[in-house]
Amino acid sequence: MALLEIESLTAFYGDFQALYGVSMSVDAGQSVAIIGANGAGKSTLLKAIVGMHPAKPEMIRFNGEPIGGMRSSKIVARGITMVPEGRRLFPSLTVEENLNIGAQLGRRGPWSLTRIFDLFPMLAERRREKSTSLSGGQQQMVAIGRALMSNPRLLLCDEISLGLAPIVVRDIFRRLPVIIAEGTSVVVVEQDVMQALGASNYVYCLQEGRVLLKGESQSLNRETIKAAYFGV
Amino acid sequence: MEVVQVIVQGVLLGGLYALFAAGLSLIFGVMRLVNIAHGDLIVVAAYFAYFTMQAFGIGPFTSLIIVVPVIAAFGYVLQRCLLNFALGDDLPPLLVTFGLSIIIQNVLLLLFTHDSRRLYAGPIEMASWKFTPDFAIGVLPLIQFGAAVLIIGGLQLLFYRTKIGRNFRATSDDPAIAQLMGIENRHIFALAMALSLAVVAIAGVFIAVRTTFNPFYGPQLLIFGFEAVIMGGLGSLWGTLAGGILLGLAQAVGGQINVGLPFTAGHVVFLLVLFLRPQGLFPKVSV
Repeated sequence: MALLEIESLTAFYGDFQALYGVSMSVDAGQSVAIIGANGAGKSTLLKAIVGMHPAKPEMIRFNGEPIGGMRSSKIVARGITMVPEGRRLFPSLTVEENLNIGAQLGRRGPWSLTRIFDLFPMLAERRREKSTSLSGGQQQMVAIGRALMSNPRLLLCDEISLGLAPIVVRDIFRRLPVIIAEGTSVVVVEQDVMQALGASNYVYCLQEGRVLLKGESQSLNRETIKAAYFGV
Repeated sequence: MEVVQVIVQGVLLGGLYALFAAGLSLIFGVMRLVNIAHGDLIVVAAYFAYFTMQAFGIGPFTSLIIVVPVIAAFGYVLQRCLLNFALGDDLPPLLVTFGLSIIIQNVLLLLFTHDSRRLYAGPIEMASWKFTPDFAIGVLPLIQFGAAVLIIGGLQLLFYRTKIGRNFRATSDDPAIAQLMGIENRHIFALAMALSLAVVAIAGVFIAVRTTFNPFYGPQLLIFGFEAVIMGGLGSLWGTLAGGILLGLAQAVGGQINVGLPFTAGHVVFLLVLFLRPQGLFPKVSV
């Protein structure tokens, strides 16, 4: 049984339909990439999974149980969390407070403040500072650390490369295998297709709210991806 | 010496206004709710203390042991069952708490008539420390002020040193992401209202010992609270104390000039601050 199963998920913003029956699954220990152009519905898909966008219960199953439309606080307690697009750190909290807030449900697992500081050493020396004083890349590390602190079984990353210098993006993506090695499944939503393929073993390509292409990340050739991505 | 006396009176009174303001500021900070019924809830606390004192034959300060937890619990339920559903936009919370204010006033009128009441604290009301023949400080105002400083200091510690305070700040920053971190917003908002009303209950008992109250006394207290918050600067607890003190001072000095002048003087100083320094005396550093 897959860890996460999505079955015919639809999503709306008023009259506008963002997702038209998307189905996908994520296995335990798997790393899945979701790629697609702007407005393909990638972020909406992630938001629905963590309960930030309405869904019918049976559309999303985690560990076999329906979780669609649950409140986010209940979903994170079950072991799914997200690194939101644009990081969205708490500006009035210090770096350490931002990290600790992820741990407040007390889920057991490999991740602790010490482990996060091992993973991102530059955060340790700035732990007492306001999160807003960090650089974009460091803020992204805090956002990832904050999500990991809940010891999730499934970690969703929404556009973690957005607005960061390529060298910083590579630096952050290099840490993903460490996270997966701890037994956490990872879903990355990316516009940076090459990063996404490199960091995943399975990929879904979304276009206008539908899955147009899916397959093993290594087996897909660039031409088919390009066709699915741009719809030509 | 008389000038010093007036200034001290004003400062001590200001502590009380700071408490009204701290309650208002707290819920505005956490959930962007402007509570128009705030003053009426202060009056509810005063009435509740009045009948608790009669029922158990205790003094106003002892009654706080019962009044504070009961009013706080009432705040939790009020938020969970009503006000949480009004949040999200600017106007609905204003309308709902405005309606609540009218309902509270009329229910109080129905139950307790228009008679003015006071809480009697006994001999302590008259007690004072004489420093020089023409300079004395009342024990009761001093206790009120001390309590106000302690409560505001306590709130400051709670907000910046505890887990619940961190969660209050996080929810204030970004409720959706706080929810994603496992913080139940509905619960956090209700806790904030409970805390606000606990502070209000203490302030309500103090003001009712100091002066008489009736079912329609709330809106006036609300204005004092608003003025203190805005003068102090939104989002800063120590600023709120400063705002309260400034309002108390203005009223005391105004009252000294003319007996009918204290409230007008308070409003004038408030307008002056608003004109000269619209962000307040100690605005929270913007992020």
